[in-house]
Amino acid sequence: MLNWITANQQIIYIVILMIFVGIEVIGRVPSVLHTPLMSGANAIHGVVIIGAIIVMGKAEGDNYLALILGFLAVILGTLNVVGGFVVTDRMLEMFKKKKNR
Amino acid sequence: MELNVLTLCYLVGSVTFILGLKMLSNPASARRGNLIAAAGMTIAIFGTIFLYKDDVGNRLHNYGWIFGGIAIGAIIGTLAAKKVKMTAMPEMVSMFNGMGGACAALISVVEFNHIARNVIPGVHQTYIPEGGEGIVLIILLGLIIGSVSFAGSMIAWGKLNGKVKDFSFKGQHIFNIVLLLVIVGLAAYIIGWLPENSIIIFYCIFTLSLLYGILFVFPIGGADMPVVISLLNSFTGVAAACGGFLYNNKVMMTGGILVGAAGTLLTILMCKAMNRSLANVLIGSFGGAKAGPAGAKQQGAYKEISLSDASVLMAYAHKVMVVPGYGLAVAQAQHACHDLEKILEGKGVEVKYAIHPVAGRMPGHMNVLLAEADVSYEKLLEMEQANEEFPSTDVVLILGANDVVNPAAKNDPSSPIYGMPILDVELAKNVIVNKRSMKPGYAGIENDLFFQKKTSMLFGDAKKVLQDLIAEIKNL
Repeated sequence: MLNWITANQQIIYIVILMIFVGIEVIGRVPSVLHTPLMSGANAIHGVVIIGAIIVMGKAEGDNYLALILGFLAVILGTLNVVGGFVVTDRMLEMFKKKKNR
Repeated sequence: MELNVLTLCYLVGSVTFILGLKMLSNPASARRGNLIAAAGMTIAIFGTIFLYKDDVGNRLHNYGWIFGGIAIGAIIGTLAAKKVKMTAMPEMVSMFNGMGGACAALISVVEFNHIARNVIPGVHQTYIPEGGEGIVLIILLGLIIGSVSFAGSMIAWGKLNGKVKDFSFKGQHIFNIVLLLVIVGLAAYIIGWLPENSIIIFYCIFTLSLLYGILFVFPIGGADMPVVISLLNSFTGVAAACGGFLYNNKVMMTGGILVGAAGTLLTILMCKAMNRSLANVLIGSFGGAKAGPAGAKQQGAYKEISLSDASVLMAYAHKVMVVPGYGLAVAQAQHACHDLEKILEGKGVEVKYAIHPVAGRMPGHMNVLLAEADVSYEKLLEMEQANEEFPSTDVVLILGANDVVNPAAKNDPSSPIYGMPILDVELAKNVIVNKRSMKPGYAGIENDLFFQKKTSMLFGDAKKVLQDLIAEIKNL
């Protein structure tokens, strides 16, 4: 156990600190912004696409399963990232309009 | 050297995610926050493509496939996100969330096959490297969470656009718990014993996780979908973080955990806005309560009001309060609504809007819709302000809202929405309710308000009714 903690201490630090940051950062959000915030967070977890890129980039040329699934994963991940950010921007565009007037 | 630049890219990415989320929780900076996070994401993605090297120093290959996939995803994603109607935004978010979950699950499938391929012919004990149980555990976690999130999001998507109906069977909660235990058991079996047929069990876990995702969301009422989507959103965050552990990739870890934590908190905040607990939303699903109050109690009679009466009532009022709901969004009546506001103000009537925090299908839904129709920001009252103004209001015009004005939330402890703060429209002198029919609202419960003395019903599609009202008022 102690060995495991020592070996992975960097990761453990990241996990714990990020949990607190995640909670602190959105602690005081007004309810009007719940939806855009959810949508924005949705786009951010699209980082999973980096994993898909690595899978795809490491796949050997004859490993069709990895190639096909990796390709699919890249498409889906991109959908998540691009679609997520564009939808969020569209939602927030509406908010901005009324701020300017 | 190149690896250091990539580390820098990831660092920038992580910081922009945190900054982005922070700015997203403040109306003034929200849009910039989104763009900053998007920029950080772009840096991290292209950094990975061009600079990533594995432990042995090999670069990535298959660039054609990678760029092809990104191009296809980017084009479809942009088109879908640009074309989607304002009313369908919640579904869209759910859909994109599902894509992320599926992506995480597929990564796990490929990586597990990668491990299993080197194994099956040889002695299976040796194929797992030192400390490899951890890797298998992470792969399985990513698989399970990713597939639950994917399947659940698809059901939530179907529910929101009306393609999937509520469905539950007796003992479903117990069945779900058993199913989850089986999944965990199989996963533990793979990790602990690494049987030779691991790959078959792996696909069993995959299938069962998809099934669990479906059954998990199925019995939850449509009105609670925002909460469910937010929860699944944080699931996908955790699944992405699993990918981060797998590749020891810091930006995936930070981004994933950040969303996992923030998403969980956001889910709880959304529940609080409805004054309910998360457990209540997930287990005390609306489906079961439907038969009870609706069937048991014979409701009184409601009265209808003609268009001309309604227009006279409003045109000679001092103050009219509009309560928009999902019906307004479905009918795309926000512009007609703004027109009505203008013509009434021309007649010297004070018009305001009372916005319930969870009106529509998502918090903030109504604000966005009305802002699209150029309704001025100052006219939108939050629930507390609106409740203060109802006693001095002559006419309340309810446009396709139901549960957020249901007095059962205050009076009837047996009601599934009991305890949710509502708009006290009863305090006003007259209430006109526009609905398409007498059917109960999304929560599936009757509304006593419609049978009260001061309430009159004006049936029809919100947009059509508003246009007719405008025509009538013009002729007065």
